[in-house]
Amino acid sequence: MSHKTTYRTCPRSGLQFESQAEKLVLANAVAGVIFLLIGGILAIGVVLTRWPTIHWLEASTFYQVLTAHGLDMLVFWIIFFEIAILYFCSSTLLRCRIATPKVAWAAFALMVIGSVMNNVAVYQGGSSVMMTSYVPMMAAPSFYLGLILFAVGALIGCFVFFGTLVVAKREKTYQGSVPLVTFGAITAAIIAVFTIASGAIILIPTWMLSMNWIEHVDPLIYRVIWWAFGHSSQQINVAAHISIWYFVAAVVFGAKPMSERVSRGAFLLYIVFLQLASAHHILSDPGMSTEWKVLNTSYFMYFAVLASMIHGLTIPGAMEVAQRAKGYNKGLFEWLRKAPWGNPSFSGVFISIIGFGFLGGISGVMMGTEQLNMIIHNTIYVPGHFHATVVVGTTLSFMALTYFLIPVLFKRDIINPGLAKWQPYLFGLSMYFFCLVMMGAGTLGVSRRHWDMAFSGAALAYEWPGAAYLMMGLVGIAGIAAIAGGAIYIYLTVGSLLWGKRIAQTKISSEPTPIPVGAPSAAVQTYGSLGFAAPGTFVLAMVFLAAFVLYYFINWKYLSTLWGLS
Amino acid sequence: MSAILPPTERLWWKHPLDRVEGTWIAIAFVWCMIMFFMMIYWHIYGKQNLSTETYKTTTELFASKTQAMVDKYTVRTETDLETPVVAPPPGSDVYMIARLWNFWPILELQNGQTYRLHLSSMDYNHGFSLQPANINIQIVPGYEHVVTVTPNQTGTYSVVCNEFCGIGHHTMVGRIYIKGETGNVP
Repeated sequence: MSHKTTYRTCPRSGLQFESQAEKLVLANAVAGVIFLLIGGILAIGVVLTRWPTIHWLEASTFYQVLTAHGLDMLVFWIIFFEIAILYFCSSTLLRCRIATPKVAWAAFALMVIGSVMNNVAVYQGGSSVMMTSYVPMMAAPSFYLGLILFAVGALIGCFVFFGTLVVAKREKTYQGSVPLVTFGAITAAIIAVFTIASGAIILIPTWMLSMNWIEHVDPLIYRVIWWAFGHSSQQINVAAHISIWYFVAAVVFGAKPMSERVSRGAFLLYIVFLQLASAHHILSDPGMSTEWKVLNTSYFMYFAVLASMIHGLTIPGAMEVAQRAKGYNKGLFEWLRKAPWGNPSFSGVFISIIGFGFLGGISGVMMGTEQLNMIIHNTIYVPGHFHATVVVGTTLSFMALTYFLIPVLFKRDIINPGLAKWQPYLFGLSMYFFCLVMMGAGTLGVSRRHWDMAFSGAALAYEWPGAAYLMMGLVGIAGIAAIAGGAIYIYLTVGSLLWGKRIAQTKISSEPTPIPVGAPSAAVQTYGSLGFAAPGTFVLAMVFLAAFVLYYFINWKYLSTLWGLS
Repeated sequence: MSAILPPTERLWWKHPLDRVEGTWIAIAFVWCMIMFFMMIYWHIYGKQNLSTETYKTTTELFASKTQAMVDKYTVRTETDLETPVVAPPPGSDVYMIARLWNFWPILELQNGQTYRLHLSSMDYNHGFSLQPANINIQIVPGYEHVVTVTPNQTGTYSVVCNEFCGIGHHTMVGRIYIKGETGNVP
C-alpha cells in the first residue's frame, strides 16, 4: 500500500513532520486557541461581575457567560489542543505518517460542529445550566447534542492516534519502546476513551430527556456518572500536561528521565486509579456510603496523588541532573539559578509545575478528603483549586509548548520575543495569586457560581465578613491581570502565525527517516549509589511535603471546631 | 533528548532506582497512607462526619412531613413572607425544604442539643451552606438526607444556597437560630 505524502524535517529542532499530520496538528491547535480567545473574553465578564465593587453583568447574562466560559475553557480549548498533542506525539515523535487522515479531518469537523452548536445554544439563552448541567435543570437539546458530537469527534481522534501508533510499529520507524512523552500521551488517550464513554452514558439520556423522549433521569445517578466524565476529563489534562513537562525538559535541557521505569509506572497509576477519583465530587452528597467514599477518595485517589508527587520530583530532578552534567554544580540550587529563565517554554513549564503542585495538588487533596470536603464543597475554593490545576497546570503548559511550536510547526519566528519572555510570568504569577485569594474567600464560605454576594432582594440576607469582600476584590484584580497575560499569548500566537518571519524549509522528502537507534549509555545511574543525584530537587520536594502536611492538619483543626455532625 | 526518543536501553525496566526517587516514593507513599488512616480515625474519634442516611422521597411526601412539623412547633413568623419559625424539641426530627428560591421554614434549635435534620429539594439541586460555620452539604431532589447535627454555639446562622439553581439563586438564603447558653458547649 503506498501513501502519497511528504515529510519535512524542521531545521531548528530536527523534528520530522508528515504533511497531513502537520496540517491536522495545526488545525486542532488553532481551533483550541480560538476557543481560548472566546473563553478569555467571557472571563472578563465573570471576573468583573464577581468583583463586588464592580458587579458588572446582570444575573442572567452572568450565568450565561459563566456557562460558556466553563465549556469553552475546560472542554473545547483544552481538548482541541490535546488532539493536536496526540497527533504530534504519535506522528511527529515516532516519525511516521498519520493513520487515516481523512477520518481525522472528519473528527475535526465533528468537533467544530459540536463546539459551535453548543456555544450557540448557550448564547441563545435558555441553556445557562453551567458546565455540569445537573438534571433536572434542563438546557436546549442542541446544548447536549453539541457536546455529544464534540465528544464523538474527540473519540475518533483518539482512535486515529492509536492507529498511528500501529502504523509506526508496523512500518518500523522506531525500535524498542515508544518515547516517554508518547507513553504519557497514550495514557491520556486511554483515559480519554473512558471519559468520553462515561459522558455518552449520561449525556445521551439527558439529551433524550430534553427531547421529551424519556421521562426521567435520576439527579443523583446523573451526578455520579457525570463526574466520571467531568473529573476524568481533567485527568486527560494531567497526563497531557505532564507529558509536555517531560517534553520541554528534554528539548530545553536535553534532560533524560531519571528512570524510565519510575516515570512510566507513575503514568500507569493514572490509568489504574485516577478516574475513580471522580467520587470526590460526591463526598457531600446524600446516597453514597461512607465506605464507598473513603475507598474511592483514599485508596484510589491517593495512588494517583502518589503518581503526581512522583512526576513532580522526577521532572525537576531530570532538569537538575542535566544541568549538573553541564557543570552547574555549585551548592543546592545553582542548576536552577542558571536555568534559562528567559526562555518562555522553560519558565512556563516551571511555573506550571510549582503552581500545580503547591496550589492545585495540595488543595485538591483537601477537597478529596471525605470529612474536609464539607468545609469546601461548592464554595469558591473549588474554582480556586481547579484554576490552579487546569489553568496553571494545563493551560500554562500548553502555552509553554506553543512557544516551542511557533518556529517548529508554524515555521515562523515569534513576532515579539521580548513580550514572549514575560508572558508566562504575568499569566502564571497572576493566576497563582488569583487561585490563592479564591481559596481564601472559599475558606470564609463564599459560594461559587453566585451572582451577588450581597444577596440583593433576599428576604433573609447574610452578611459576609469584610475579609470575604476584600478577597473577592483581589480575585477581580488578579483575574484581570491574568486575562491580560492570556491576551498577550493570543496576540503572540496569532500574530506569529500571520506575520512572523518565515523560516526557510529545505529538507522535504517523500519517505520518512526512521529514528536512529541510540547507543546505550551504560553510565546513567552510576551516581545513584554515591548519594542523591538531584539534591536540590529533593529539598524542594521536602518543602512541598512540609507545606502539604501543615495545611492538611490546619484543615482538620478547623473542621474540629464546627457543629457536631454524625 | 531522551524523553522524546525511544529509551536507549532496551531493558529500561530493569534499571535500578536512583536514591532520590526511591526515597521520595517511600515518603510519599507513607504520607498517602497517613491521609488514608486519618479519614478512618476521624470516623471513630472525630465529631464531624457526614451522615449517609438517605431515603428516596417525593416532593409531596417531604412537603407533608415538613408541614406537619411546622403545624406542631411554630412559635412565630418572620419577614414579609411570614416564614414560620419552628422550635421543635431537642432530639426530634426537623425538616428543611430547599426550593426555588428559599429554605423553608426557619429553625430555632437549642445549643448543645442533637437533632435529626432532614434535607430535600422540591425542584433542582440546591446547596446547604451553613454560615458563618461553613458547613456545606449537597441537596438532591428526590432524596431525603438525614443529618444529625449538634450546634455548638448560639447565634443566628444563615443557610446560603451554593448550588446554582437559576436566576434567583442569589436570593435563596435561609436561617437557623441557635438559642440557649451563650458560648461554646463542650
